[in-house]
Amino acid sequence: MRAYGFYLLKRLMQFALVVFIGINVAYVITHATPIDPVEQTISAATAFGNTSPEAIDMMRSSLQDLYGTGGSALDQWLAFWGRILVGDFGPSLSAFPTPVATLISRALPWTAGLMLVSTLLAWGLGNLLGGLAGYYRRNRLLKFAGIIAMGIHPVPYYIVAFVLLILFGYVWPILPITGAYAQGLRPGFNLEFIGSVIRHSLLPALSLVLVGIGGWFMGMRSLVPTIMAEDYTVYAELGGVRKRRILGSYVMRNALAPQVTGLAMTLGAIFNGAIITEQVFGYPGLGSLLISAVHAGDYSLVIGVTTISIIAVSFAVLLVDLLYPLLDPRVQAR
Amino acid sequence: MQPILSVSGLKAYYQMRYFGVAREIRAVDDITLHINRDEIYGIAGESSSGKSTLIKTIARAIRPPLNVVGGSIAFDFEAGPRDLYALSEEQLSAIRWRHLSYIMQGSMNVLNPVRRIRHSFVDFAFRHMGLPMPAFLQRVEDHLAHLSLQPGILESFPHELSGGMRQRVTIALATVCRPDFIIADEPTTALDVVVQKNVLGMIRRLQQEMGASVLFVTHDMAVHANLCDRLGIMYAGRLVEEAPTRALFQRPLHPYTAHLIRSLPRIGDDTPRHGLEGRPPSLAAPPPGCRFHPRCPLAMDICKREVPPMEELESGHRVACHAALQGIAP
Amino acid sequence: MWNILRDLLRYNWEFAAGAILLGAVIIVAALSFISPYPPLDVYVAPPDMPPSSEHWLGTNSRGQDVFWQLTVAVRNTLLFGVVVAVISRLISLAVGLFAGYMGGSVDRMLMSVNDTFIVLPIFPILVLFYFVMRDQMSWALLALVAACLGWSYDARLIRSVALSLKTREFTTQSAFCGMNAAEIVTREHLPYVMPIVFTTTMNNMNWSIGLEVTLSVLGFTDVNTPTIGGMIYWANQHAALVSGIWWWIAAPVALVIVVFVSLFLLSLSMNEYIDPRSRLARMGSG
Repeated sequence: MRAYGFYLLKRLMQFALVVFIGINVAYVITHATPIDPVEQTISAATAFGNTSPEAIDMMRSSLQDLYGTGGSALDQWLAFWGRILVGDFGPSLSAFPTPVATLISRALPWTAGLMLVSTLLAWGLGNLLGGLAGYYRRNRLLKFAGIIAMGIHPVPYYIVAFVLLILFGYVWPILPITGAYAQGLRPGFNLEFIGSVIRHSLLPALSLVLVGIGGWFMGMRSLVPTIMAEDYTVYAELGGVRKRRILGSYVMRNALAPQVTGLAMTLGAIFNGAIITEQVFGYPGLGSLLISAVHAGDYSLVIGVTTISIIAVSFAVLLVDLLYPLLDPRVQAR
Repeated sequence: MQPILSVSGLKAYYQMRYFGVAREIRAVDDITLHINRDEIYGIAGESSSGKSTLIKTIARAIRPPLNVVGGSIAFDFEAGPRDLYALSEEQLSAIRWRHLSYIMQGSMNVLNPVRRIRHSFVDFAFRHMGLPMPAFLQRVEDHLAHLSLQPGILESFPHELSGGMRQRVTIALATVCRPDFIIADEPTTALDVVVQKNVLGMIRRLQQEMGASVLFVTHDMAVHANLCDRLGIMYAGRLVEEAPTRALFQRPLHPYTAHLIRSLPRIGDDTPRHGLEGRPPSLAAPPPGCRFHPRCPLAMDICKREVPPMEELESGHRVACHAALQGIAP
Repeated sequence: MWNILRDLLRYNWEFAAGAILLGAVIIVAALSFISPYPPLDVYVAPPDMPPSSEHWLGTNSRGQDVFWQLTVAVRNTLLFGVVVAVISRLISLAVGLFAGYMGGSVDRMLMSVNDTFIVLPIFPILVLFYFVMRDQMSWALLALVAACLGWSYDARLIRSVALSLKTREFTTQSAFCGMNAAEIVTREHLPYVMPIVFTTTMNNMNWSIGLEVTLSVLGFTDVNTPTIGGMIYWANQHAALVSGIWWWIAAPVALVIVVFVSLFLLSLSMNEYIDPRSRLARMGSG
């Protein structure tokens, strides 16, 4: 139990380090430029008229803290962190006066849901098929699946999503290619709405799964010979243990822990993919929010999405890491 | 009585192709031997003498690039001798652990590290017992108690046990089905001397109780002297001498065997020990004739040309050496 | 050196296929130097022409020849990949070899920073960077930032190799001979990590080109420099698919997929130098 506590502490520190470094990278990027955009942004926002002076002050103070135009470098840094830590990014410019935090909390569940489902599917299917392909090396079907998975793997998310969009949007239009649910449908817990959500998530999820599956497939398939050469697998074969049992309880079970580590390591990249995929399929998650914020020149929203992304991804990594000791009993002894 | 294991003319080579160039390593070359019921047969030889490959082949635990090129291995468990390599996977699986079990070298990593010991017993032995699970586990616990092991270790993970304890657990695992034939591959190599003695005693005791045959492999001649009924000496992929242990130690006929025995430490003996000149030959390109001739103090012209045949010079004492055939003692 | 190359081409189909595909792409890129049209000029050809003998891949709505546009675009895209790969190689080699050789607390510290960069979602950070830079955004700047964010995974790989090298005898020997850490790392360890450096270079180019394409397609780079992503961006701006000018999109997408697959095959081909077990598996099956 104490060993687990130590492990937990180490993971929590790593989590804090990721958030700290990530947000500081964002800070350096925004503060290293000589541009003073605060007034420029304010004037753009007020050009539409009917904005109250209090609202403008609120916006100016949040922009000054986030963009950093007042005070010494240390003051700027502290003001920036002060805003970030309480999650107060000020009002959004493009959806004034809605706070940035509200926009993000609306978009985050869509991204999280899409990522959760597609990551689990890609990870599970990729590992299962990779394990089978590594174990039954002569199986033609599995070899073929391997070639397909390996062929798609190096292609970036955007291109795969784009090709799917062309295939299912123009060539063979059977699936909705934009939005999270059918227009005019009221969100609620009913069959029609849930069905619509699933139908709309199929293409974005498919593109994420297609790209993701190859990496797990190849990783698992190359792990299998290593584990098959381990004494415990050789011994199980000598013991006449059933092939299926060897594959499941010996080979795959022992490959699980390194593959979970792999999952933690690639969550950042998967998140990048999800953001891009959302943009292609007009999915109302963080990705679409980020990109429309850039086009609208909404500074508070861009920095809000960036920092929340960093925190969300490192939190997901933390969760996966906490799973690890359950899979490998040796961790607690180390 | 029929021997339980008959190996004749066995050849097992590592056959590799790399960048289009074929390479062949003759790790087991033309070995003939038999093992009787209720005996402990030892195989000795230095590392890379092919002894590990031989027992892998006898256990049918070979994988490419290792292939059996010629000869046969026949076990006689119940209904007459049957060629091990002619059995189907199903038949093989029915024999493993019920009749033929295995104790592995370096018990560190022999048990699945992510599952409890109990699962190993279930995986290996349950299907042979024909008992419901609670009765099966009771049988396993009785067996452990018989070997002075706590039943509680069934719920441990392998990494929670000490090296000696793990080795005893693997011996318990290998004997729980009371097999007829046990292959033991250097089961004491990684252990300290006290634990080693304990483990050897355990193997001896179980062998006597069950009347099983044990094929025991180690490079440690002292262990062989204490444990084995008969002993075979391997050099560079070939069996060079075979005899009852006592006869072999008292009167070795092959110069290599004589060297192995001379290099054993004896209390009160302080004559300097001499190593052999040169190194064991490469098994990819072994020397012609007798493979030992480049290092042999008795080498003659014929040794460089002709492979010495294995001849039974005395009752139960076989040797493959031109000098021994001419009556020259090493 | 040439023998290794010849053997690779003859016996390693991944390497041969990857090299041939990449060679073809490089030839296309090289053709840009004899392009009859200045790459930045628009309306130099009749717009929206389908592929013909005169314009092999047709022309786009901006009056440019798609084939010649493609040659310049793929040249810039490859160049971007190379620049990012070179810079990030320097960082990952320095961090990986140093951490692996030093071990202990230096290693732990470097690796926790390293792991941080591994899990960091890079895409939003680059978008933020574009947002701040706007018109000052240039491809060299993007390459620099991408390299600074994209070294960490490979540093970990190189470290694990360096870690195993450290325990070999020749390392101790060199230390006894009075070589310092920097000398040992560069003279003794560098040659052993070369295959892995090759593999990671290919993977890194794949990654950075993917990044560049994605950012360009979204318009988050200097879209006036012709790149593969830039071509797709302009095609999307002109709604090329909707108006049926499919060759404008199909050509860059197809070519960039060839680039990805060829780099990927090349990285795969080095696997057997890195992991002897996969070599054994190959020998057993063949």
